[in-house]
Amino acid sequence: MASCCSKKTEIINHGNARKVALVGNPNVGKSVLFNALTGAYVTVSNYPGTSVEVSRGNATIDGQQWEVIDTPGMYSIHTITEEERVAREILLHETPDVVIHVLDARNLERMLAMTIQLIEAGLPVILVVNILDEAERMGLAIDIDLLQQKLGIPVVGAATARKRGIDDIRSAMNAYRCPCEQQRFEYSRLLERDIKEVACLMQGEYILSRRALALLLLQQDEEIAELVRHREGDGYAPLSEKIREIAFDRRESFHLDLSLERNDMVRQLVNGVFTAPLKRVVTAAERLSRLAVQPLTGIPMLLIVLYFGLYQFVGVFGAGTVVDFLEKKLFVEIFNPWIIGVVQSVIPWEIIQELFVGEYGIITLGIRYAVGIILPIVATFFVFFSFLEDTGYFPRLALLVDRIFKHFGLTGRAVIPMVLGFGCDTMATMVTRTLETTRERVIATILLSLTIPCSAQLGVIMSLLSKFPGALAVWGGCLLLLFIVVGMLSAKILPGEAPMFYMELPPMRLPQLGNVVTKTYTRMQWYFMEILPLFVLASVLLWLGKITGFFEKMITAMTPVMASIGLPKETAVAFIFGFFRRDYGAAGLYELQTKGLMDARQLTVAAVTLTLFIPCIAQFLIMKKERGWKVASSIGLFVSLLAFGSGYVLNKALLITGLLS
Amino acid sequence: MKLSEKAEEILEALWIAVEEGGAAFLDPEKMGFPTDDAAYRELTDHALIEIRQGMIYFRPEGLDEGKMTIRRHRLAERLMMDVLNIRGDDAEFKACQFEHLLNEGADVKVCTMLNHPTTCPHGKPIPPGECCHKARADGDLGVVPLTEFKSGQEGEIAYIQTEDNKKMQKLMAMGVLPGNKIILVQAYPSYIFRVGYSEFAIDTNLAKEIFVRK
Repeated sequence: MASCCSKKTEIINHGNARKVALVGNPNVGKSVLFNALTGAYVTVSNYPGTSVEVSRGNATIDGQQWEVIDTPGMYSIHTITEEERVAREILLHETPDVVIHVLDARNLERMLAMTIQLIEAGLPVILVVNILDEAERMGLAIDIDLLQQKLGIPVVGAATARKRGIDDIRSAMNAYRCPCEQQRFEYSRLLERDIKEVACLMQGEYILSRRALALLLLQQDEEIAELVRHREGDGYAPLSEKIREIAFDRRESFHLDLSLERNDMVRQLVNGVFTAPLKRVVTAAERLSRLAVQPLTGIPMLLIVLYFGLYQFVGVFGAGTVVDFLEKKLFVEIFNPWIIGVVQSVIPWEIIQELFVGEYGIITLGIRYAVGIILPIVATFFVFFSFLEDTGYFPRLALLVDRIFKHFGLTGRAVIPMVLGFGCDTMATMVTRTLETTRERVIATILLSLTIPCSAQLGVIMSLLSKFPGALAVWGGCLLLLFIVVGMLSAKILPGEAPMFYMELPPMRLPQLGNVVTKTYTRMQWYFMEILPLFVLASVLLWLGKITGFFEKMITAMTPVMASIGLPKETAVAFIFGFFRRDYGAAGLYELQTKGLMDARQLTVAAVTLTLFIPCIAQFLIMKKERGWKVASSIGLFVSLLAFGSGYVLNKALLITGLLS
Repeated sequence: MKLSEKAEEILEALWIAVEEGGAAFLDPEKMGFPTDDAAYRELTDHALIEIRQGMIYFRPEGLDEGKMTIRRHRLAERLMMDVLNIRGDDAEFKACQFEHLLNEGADVKVCTMLNHPTTCPHGKPIPPGECCHKARADGDLGVVPLTEFKSGQEGEIAYIQTEDNKKMQKLMAMGVLPGNKIILVQAYPSYIFRVGYSEFAIDTNLAKEIFVRK
């Protein structure tokens, strides 16, 4: 138990910056606390498991420098998921000077079990009892002082979302000194004997206490076993023999016994600390939550959300009003003529003029597309998504669709990347890592790259086809059909077990405007950093292609392919654009349509093919990063073939039936 | 009354032929041992069956005994499958041996443990015993999977039954621990339950593995 203190003081003396790690279950406000401490904002979310990536920041408290680390959500120090493993890695390898355990006051009893584990591990723990405001609203009373006394560590009450208790946390951090004697939580005699027998066989120096390590070893934690094996060298053989022996003796119910013993400890701890009202208070948010999860009311609610959020706000307002203003008024009528004039007067060479303000110019095409068309659509979508995320609606949507998604080899959990895909498929592909099994991730990646149009694409295609309601229906029907067929087929073909669905339902709440704005801002920033260079690059390549004549050759080469699906050869340009960004391609179609080059049938075929068409470079790169190049290339090839195949079939079908003509 | 294994087998076969097959008698040829076998003697001595024109008939007292014998056999089958997880021919063979141990109250214990099952693994009815009628009269649900709860019903978690250790730990981390109070909030399209002040959604497969007591 003394392990932490001796080493910690040494580290503190080394540098001036001390290190603090925030740990706790998902959804207890770790990220909000992180932002409050560091002043910089990272994604805060109601969705369990969003903070897969670790955020770091700096803070200065009364002259003391702190490095703040926000760890992914963990339920227990005995890790199961990838995120939990990452969180424990930080505790194991980064030797924080202070570990702040954040928990939800309403679930004190359930979450204190991890506090006990952290104290037991000899870590320098401060406990933050968060979300006190909502707990009080429910009539719960928590005696913080008594809890502090019982636990023997600093305990702070807070409501970080309301900025309550932040100062107390800051001063607790600065004032933290390792207690000379840490509280010891006694297990049953039998378990204590087992722990002692294992701990006695360990010789090496560890960051976690031997007591905690012994328990983890007995729980068959492979990573810890690896660590101990490495550290103990020859001494590991008798140790592993002992563990095997005890594990066999207690094979019936070791995990369960341990959980039950900890549960008992917690019950004694909260006795007198936690008082609940006799009658459960049902809040308005809970009633709304009930409505959201029952199919009879939940489905109409979903439709309302989609209609107002996606159609009215993103579609009509973002892709309509704002795009019209920015692209048509600002760019085409005012900015472009002006900048063309400026460039032509400054740069004498026509070829270089072309690069900036020509047909495919960086400014007149690249920037115009990025800022005039893509930006407003994506921005409105991210506002919608961030708002919805903060209300806690997504987990409820997930449980509503779980049964349907099971047919596609996915669980309801996958609904979050799918919805996000309507914003940006690249970002959504990244988020698929929150899914539990590799199989689910691969299926979700396929469906995202194939059938989910991103917001920019969606916006442009909707305005393209809005003049022909029949075309819009055919387009939507095709995508839905492919989503179902490909989903069901991949569930059949891909090996692996059916996934299981479990999810915590965070309380529903009204999002705070500030959080939504900053979250949208961070997402927009990420998005722009990613797309703008690509748009500029595309413009440069297209310009190069044009002056070298390569571009013309490529269009000619693609003409037979275009002809086979019944499209004019000019559409090849849109498809070449589409390779850089899906939305770029759609915007290219938009251009063709304004020139009046295509009829309803051709537009529909082009829109379907382009929507299905290979994911843009950015999405492909993320696919490669997340799934490996083998899977990514196979998906890329499959999707391209299927896109043109579907385009071909659809064109023939439309010609034969005479639909849309 | 303690009968030999062979005698019990004859009773079972006769009961199935008469009660479930609708026949009036059983041809001893189907049993595979001749009518002069000691087992027949044993049964006729106990006045459970009679043999007329070479065919086996129930006497009224025998019908009841036959019912109980078949009950023990099918309970043994359930035990093999549900608890010991033995399936197929092996299960059938073991059940045949095991059923003979289920007398003098052991059948009541097994029946209660299995929560008074009504059908055997092959879908045939298990004749109810005293304990089944009593449980029904008392309205004692016993220990059931969470899937059997109605929305809004409250209970206590009895145990988790899963072969997957990871799943078990996940459930325990969610607060699904024996002895904790649990309320089923909703059963469709997914199961939503509340433990303490948290709510969780799970699918049917997980819900089947949480056993609760009313």
